[in-house]
Amino acid sequence: MNFKHKYVFLFPGLFVLIGILIFPIIFTIRLSLSGWNSYTPEMNFIGITNYIRLFTDDPRFWESFFRLSFLSVTTVILQYVIGFALALIVWREIKFKRFFRVIFLIPMMTTPVIMTVIWRTFFHESLGPVNDLLGNLGVEPILWLSDPVIAKFTVIIVEVWQWTPFMFLLLLAGLLSLPKEPFLAAAIDGASPFRKFVYVTFPLMAPISIGAIIIRLIEASKIMDTVFVLTSGGPGTATETSSFYIYIKGLREFQMGYAATLSFTYLVIMIISLTIIAKVLTKLMIKE
Amino acid sequence: MEKLYKFLKYTFIILWTVFIVAPFLWAISTSFKDFQSVNSKVTYIPWLDFEPTLEGWRVLVKSPARGGVDIVEPYFNSLFVTCTASLISIVLGTLAAYALSRFTFKAGFVRNNDITFFFISQRIMPPIVLSIPFFIFLSTIGLLDSLIGLVVVYIVLLMPIAVWIMVDFFNRVPKELDETALIDGCNPYQAFYKVVLPNSIPGLIVAGMFCIIFGWIDFFFAFILTFTEVQLLPVKVVALNSSITPWWSLSASALISVAPLIIVAFVVERYLSKGNLSGALK
Repeated sequence: MNFKHKYVFLFPGLFVLIGILIFPIIFTIRLSLSGWNSYTPEMNFIGITNYIRLFTDDPRFWESFFRLSFLSVTTVILQYVIGFALALIVWREIKFKRFFRVIFLIPMMTTPVIMTVIWRTFFHESLGPVNDLLGNLGVEPILWLSDPVIAKFTVIIVEVWQWTPFMFLLLLAGLLSLPKEPFLAAAIDGASPFRKFVYVTFPLMAPISIGAIIIRLIEASKIMDTVFVLTSGGPGTATETSSFYIYIKGLREFQMGYAATLSFTYLVIMIISLTIIAKVLTKLMIKE
Repeated sequence: MEKLYKFLKYTFIILWTVFIVAPFLWAISTSFKDFQSVNSKVTYIPWLDFEPTLEGWRVLVKSPARGGVDIVEPYFNSLFVTCTASLISIVLGTLAAYALSRFTFKAGFVRNNDITFFFISQRIMPPIVLSIPFFIFLSTIGLLDSLIGLVVVYIVLLMPIAVWIMVDFFNRVPKELDETALIDGCNPYQAFYKVVLPNSIPGLIVAGMFCIIFGWIDFFFAFILTFTEVQLLPVKVVALNSSITPWWSLSASALISVAPLIIVAFVVERYLSKGNLSGALK
């Protein structure tokens, strides 16, 4: 089909998106070369001073970046393992199948910040139920939100609660769309459930798994809402992620120029690392 | 062996169910508490552990002048922004997805896949990167703290989702369908509107649901780009949290805010069980 009509279909969406995005991106790059802050709120030109500062004199950004990598990789691995297990269980006939499927989906429908507000009361160190119940078992109160190490795990728990359903949904939809023949063949050969999983289900699910993991990694790399409400990056900077640090620099300290430098660098790192991860995962999970 | 496996399976899903339900149960219980039953010691079961009151819920319908929390306006704001942005994203995204699935585009080294990737890759964009220029941009044209400004930003958030789901979906709708329609004398628009669209309802529903979910649950843009004139629901609830924190009204408003989308979970499950979703989500 060779029409000019095809542009009528494509262009409205494409141009709206480009139209909305082109300005912010060019503006961010230009802003990153300026010293815009609350004292001199103007678009002056200071060259790559900001970038030099970032690469030589800002360990806090790089720490927040590695923290973000740790948090997002850990949560996504947990979500994948748990989500896959749940999807495999409710894929086949099981009692109350539909009930469990609905329950497993619910958290992703709830607003992360709002649920985090609840989680904050849940993990409250003296008035929350977790420490109270553990206390009944004789466990000393755990500093869920104010210990630098434990706070990271609290963030992970909340993230896993919130987003495992998304992984579960993608994987279950994948499982339901698999062809039946390979499973019949495996059943005829009398393969054990474990071997069936290793040799049939898992390889068939590999492309879907990669898609799901990458989608989740993209979303997880933006972890911000949960941290914002749960710990505000604290205690100290123990749970501060890159987005949150940029937010502090830009919209609390109003160092717009420097925040733009951070944003742009962060975006470039994000694109490069996600592309590499996608390539590596494809290599690892699909043999041939 | 078989028995052990079954036992482990059920233990696992029951534990997970408890984990999922726990914060909701806690919030429901807390929403009926008063100052005494929150602050003296940890209480769980109404009547047994504490005397339930409706105070937390009553605050939500009182007028703000009399110490109430106005949640109705943010509710409608959220609803408006989410629905408008979703609708625009779905319409534009579906058209673009159809073009990308049916026609070939060539411009220099750019091919169909690159255009599709361009759309989808917008999800990689961290909200913070966009929010600073948007903050300055919207304040220059006077749209900071307005619903329209938010709708514009949300389109960037949602259109990639619509394109992602619909391209995959259209690729699965047989091409013969539109070809037959064209031979029968339809023009391409009629073929799309009268033949392809009616066959794409499941895909459209999935895309619509995803747009609504990701629009409804967004907090960050609403938080940065609005202040007092326009408040969206998540921002309102979080603002409650930072004041002296009356846990009862906080829980009540949180529950009310997340309730409407839980219905979506039932719809998604229905489509999953009917097998409609599996094609749309691969």
